[in-house]
Amino acid sequence: MPMIGFGSNSEMLDGFSSVPSFDLPRTTDFDGFQKEAVQMVKPAKGTTTLAFIFKGGVMVAADSRASMGGYISSQSVKKIIEINPYMLGTMAGGAADCQFWHRNLGIKCRLHELANKRRISVSGASKLLANMLYSYRGMGLSVGTMIAGWDETGPGLYYVDNEGGRLKGDRFSVGSGSPYAYGVLDSGYKFDMSVEEASELARRSIYHATFRDGASGGVASVYHVGPKGWTKLSGDDVGELHYHYYPVAPATAEHEMVEAAE
Amino acid sequence: MECVFGLVGNGFAIVAADTSAVHSILLHKNNEDKIMVLDSHKLVAASGEPGDRVQFTEYVQKNVSLYKFRNGIPLTTAAAANFTRGELATALRKNPYSVNILMAGYDNESGASLYYIDYIATLHKVDKGAFGYGSYFSLSTMDRHYRSDMTVEEAIELVDQCILEIRSRLVVAPPNFVIKIVDKDGARDYAWRQTVQDVTTAAV
Repeated sequence: MPMIGFGSNSEMLDGFSSVPSFDLPRTTDFDGFQKEAVQMVKPAKGTTTLAFIFKGGVMVAADSRASMGGYISSQSVKKIIEINPYMLGTMAGGAADCQFWHRNLGIKCRLHELANKRRISVSGASKLLANMLYSYRGMGLSVGTMIAGWDETGPGLYYVDNEGGRLKGDRFSVGSGSPYAYGVLDSGYKFDMSVEEASELARRSIYHATFRDGASGGVASVYHVGPKGWTKLSGDDVGELHYHYYPVAPATAEHEMVEAAE
Repeated sequence: MECVFGLVGNGFAIVAADTSAVHSILLHKNNEDKIMVLDSHKLVAASGEPGDRVQFTEYVQKNVSLYKFRNGIPLTTAAAANFTRGELATALRKNPYSVNILMAGYDNESGASLYYIDYIATLHKVDKGAFGYGSYFSLSTMDRHYRSDMTVEEAIELVDQCILEIRSRLVVAPPNFVIKIVDKDGARDYAWRQTVQDVTTAAV
């Protein structure tokens, strides 16, 4: 007589949809499984970029490390792309994809200006990019970008990715270091910040992400987008930032080594 | 993880959807409006992959507008639902859209109606429907307490009960929901139910 109970299979229950549950690991190598599980949920694009809107405009920041698996191929990659004098794009994912499609977007924005005798809005620019990426859906593009700019309606920030998703928002962080950056960004964020406070928050968030995430590092660049366009505020090596934020106190020697009086 | 549900009452239809935009373990946004106003008297609550959801519902919206401009009269809810299902069916064997849709509308001749359209182009006219993990909790709650002659207040009570059930029983329950209503006066926002508010709270 088949017994019906939790987890047991019986002919009577075949064909009925079961309650959703998470797969339990059937493994002897639990450490390896845990490592795989962490890798699975971690955002795949090895970088940290962030952008947020505040009273003074939009603050955009990124690290500058490029990694191929465990090998750091460059510590000086430009991940903030200048689409035009009042719009910036951030790069996460495939470097070639991001650079090409941002350049392409810049061309389309310029054509819009020439055809319509006025600048394109941030909403329009991000929609152009999202539609282009949507048409290549499933073909292996890897782009996780934020379009930040200032247009007639004020500051604008959109997140666009290779799946064709497009989100309007006030705060975004993209890349493998993004959860760490969110932690610092969310806890320190206030709308009424000055430009100095906001740039310090952006820099600090990138620093903390590079501290914990192996795929992020190099130089923390911070840009500000205001009503007259963007300006680069700073570019600090995160190693130096570490000792700036957490200076090493000189250790007091208890016993001084003296030469043995011989 | 996306919860969408809705029901038909006495001369109105209500749909509710969660408002979180999720990427793996990260919540990118908790005030994303997933219920689109298709035209003056129709609502489309959609859940599914981010690109598909926006692109497909906007495509339907523009085609519904085009019909109105070309012919001078708007489509009925049934016609719009059948058009949507047709587009999903045509794309299904080539380039499928991963979107589940609840379409609610009000027509003067036939009153309020709700259509359940899933990602493999199933179409059903229903009194109540739900998609996502939340459906496991909201469907039975609605089945138990639903009556076809509910007033707006009674229906909102039922919707709130479903939201409460989802919040308390679903492991990764979305924090915020949006509720929209359509009746003879048109399709409009009814309320937002938020437990987590962003610093700048305007819906975008």
